[in-house]
Amino acid sequence: MRTTIRGTRRRAVALTAAVALGAALLGGCAEDSDAPGAKGSSGAAAGKTTLTVGVFGVFGYKQAGLYDAYMKLHPDITIKETSIERNENYYPQLLTHLSTGSGLADIQAVEVNNIAEVTATQAGKLVDLSKAPGVRKADFIPWKWAQATNASGKTVGLGTDIGPMAICYRKDLFAKAGLPTDRDAVAKLWAGDWGKYLDVGKRFQDKAPAGTSFVDSASGVYNAVISSSAERYYDREGKLVYKDSPSVRQAWDAAMRAATGRLTARLQQFQKSWDQAYANGRFATVSCPPWMLGYIKEKSGDNGRDKWDVAAAPKPGNWGGSFLAVPEAGRHKSEAAKLAAWLTAPEQQAKLFTKQASFPSARAAYGLPAVSGAKHPYFGDAPIGKIFAAAAEGIPDQVLGPKDLTVNQNITDVGVLQVDQQGKTPEQGWRAAVESIDNALDQ
Amino acid sequence: MDGRTTRSPDSPATDTPASGSPVSDRSASETPASDRPAPDSPAAVRARERRSRRYRRDLRWSPYLFIAPFFLFFAAFGLFPLLYTGWAALHRVELTAPTDMEWAGLRNFTRLLGDDFFWNALGNTFVIGVLSTVPQLLMALGLAHLLNYRLRGSMFFRVAVLTPYATSVAAATLVFVLLFGRDYGLVNWLLSTVGADGVDWENGSWTSKLAVSTIVVWRWTGYNALIYLAAMQAIPHDLYESAALDGASRWQQFRYVTIPSLRPTILFTCVVSTIGATQLFGEPLLFSGSAGASGGADHQYQTLGLYLYEQGWVNLHLGRASAIAWTMFLILLVIAAVNALIARRLRTSQ
Repeated sequence: MRTTIRGTRRRAVALTAAVALGAALLGGCAEDSDAPGAKGSSGAAAGKTTLTVGVFGVFGYKQAGLYDAYMKLHPDITIKETSIERNENYYPQLLTHLSTGSGLADIQAVEVNNIAEVTATQAGKLVDLSKAPGVRKADFIPWKWAQATNASGKTVGLGTDIGPMAICYRKDLFAKAGLPTDRDAVAKLWAGDWGKYLDVGKRFQDKAPAGTSFVDSASGVYNAVISSSAERYYDREGKLVYKDSPSVRQAWDAAMRAATGRLTARLQQFQKSWDQAYANGRFATVSCPPWMLGYIKEKSGDNGRDKWDVAAAPKPGNWGGSFLAVPEAGRHKSEAAKLAAWLTAPEQQAKLFTKQASFPSARAAYGLPAVSGAKHPYFGDAPIGKIFAAAAEGIPDQVLGPKDLTVNQNITDVGVLQVDQQGKTPEQGWRAAVESIDNALDQ
Repeated sequence: MDGRTTRSPDSPATDTPASGSPVSDRSASETPASDRPAPDSPAAVRARERRSRRYRRDLRWSPYLFIAPFFLFFAAFGLFPLLYTGWAALHRVELTAPTDMEWAGLRNFTRLLGDDFFWNALGNTFVIGVLSTVPQLLMALGLAHLLNYRLRGSMFFRVAVLTPYATSVAAATLVFVLLFGRDYGLVNWLLSTVGADGVDWENGSWTSKLAVSTIVVWRWTGYNALIYLAAMQAIPHDLYESAALDGASRWQQFRYVTIPSLRPTILFTCVVSTIGATQLFGEPLLFSGSAGASGGADHQYQTLGLYLYEQGWVNLHLGRASAIAWTMFLILLVIAAVNALIARRLRTSQ
């Protein structure tokens, strides 16, 4: 009998241990879904609410002290940021998290290349921010607002920054090639027409210092031209029309002229060789949104000091920019929406421009001295606030589509690159790009 | 918790003649209690029987319990994904709505037959596989042979050959991208010192494959060399002695003693390298820098692994990516079968 009792007890002990272990494991998983939620819903008095912000790359909110400022204004809120370096890795993960409704941050960033797809396919899983307290539609540039708004009028993302483009150019190389170096005179050379920009390229290349090229890459030219067009790969009805789109044709032809006319340094942007070419001063111009200025400064280093300047582009375009979205599955939706509204308000966007060179998508910020008076010492004290604000006002109302990124990537990284780097004919390059796109879009 | 230690001290020695020994326990339960002299009350006998039953159960099931964690993890992270991938491969399913699956039958597989990008990737995988595996294993064999000599500081060399293996793919590939750079690469600089023209490694069809293979060879040669070395050290020394007595040169000893003795090891490294080559992913992905998974402007070094990744995580077609994954799995099964056949023939010919 004694044995039986002991046996039962032993079994009971083992069972208890197993249950305890299991409970601990479950508890570990469930911990962050229970406790803060309960606290959050019962209000500030119960304790702190932790808001998480999921971004890709560097958004600069932490660096510019915006989180700290918000936490000071709202002592019951703690903000934590998680970042995945590259959007290629961030975006698929965001989609899986949205579909399962778990693993999401309270605020999730969305890149402009993905916003059309998110707006079209994920609107049901995101909070309508147009009704959030503190959001003023009139603050934003209209096209930026429209990009994150679906057909039924639901706005799933608030614009953070935009990327109005200018041309960064090397004064020293321009001087050696007998071209003007003053930024207004340079802008006048190609004002209004990308064809003129390539004409200047021809003039530069004829007298260029040995080993230098007019522009870094043909795909850079393609991007700059396509970004300044209103209609790109989709028409206003949402049909994919890139094969017959006049603006795609125009951008493609410009890139081909640059490639076959030997105006490019035959580089690919954001590759190691591109960085090295900056350091060695191998090319004279590059299309640059404000966020690229820091990159150019870092890669050109001391050798490039006082050699770079910024001039207005032939036609203003937009490259990059992001949105903040609040998932419905979040635990603190209203708190998160308030934070998103605050982070994207004109004052905060202006501050971010000063610290991070992320250009505001809030038009109301352009008049603030932090933007209108901004100058960049590395680029010969160029009045970047004025130049980029003027570009921002001129950016056309772009038609976006869900597969913009796929189409664009295949045109630049397959089509244009084949011509620019592998010496194929423009016809071969275009055919290869179309084949790649057809394959990539076929479900 | 520890039942056994608490039990044994208070189980009386008179209770069971040889308690604690599993054999006698079992025999006690197998032979009816009435056959033996019954020293105890029926209750004690029942208790004893119950205990021995538990003991037998313990003996029988505990081993399964001990290996269960592996199988549970394998089921959760190996078998289930494999089967689910197979299921997804039969559907049209997009990453934008992974739960929204539409039956597609075998279409994702049949379309691969006419998919130029798939055949291109398969060909690239094969070429890079041969370009990397063959020199890798030959060099490993030579290195192992050298390391097998009595060397000063042999430990240092053995650790040294393993360091590339311990380097991360990302770090190694980054360095090789710089080495094989078109404008400022070290390889092209060396070529220029002997008067040769620089090569655009990444853009050439063969040069890019060669460059990617170089990374693989660099990373894995030392690893294979150590495996060979271990096998070489297990070869009985008298084999070499008698070969030497018969007048065999060093080369002949290597050819007729070392190589035949290494046969099973060589086969093993071949299998492992082939599997590695079929799944090659990190090196070609990072070789293109930040340019995504297209494997070069002309997809000239896009491997099957890269194509799978591009379809699944760049183009967001999970169904198509799953079909490619399963096709790779089937290809590996075929390779394994061929290897098994060769192994059997080698064994019978021995």
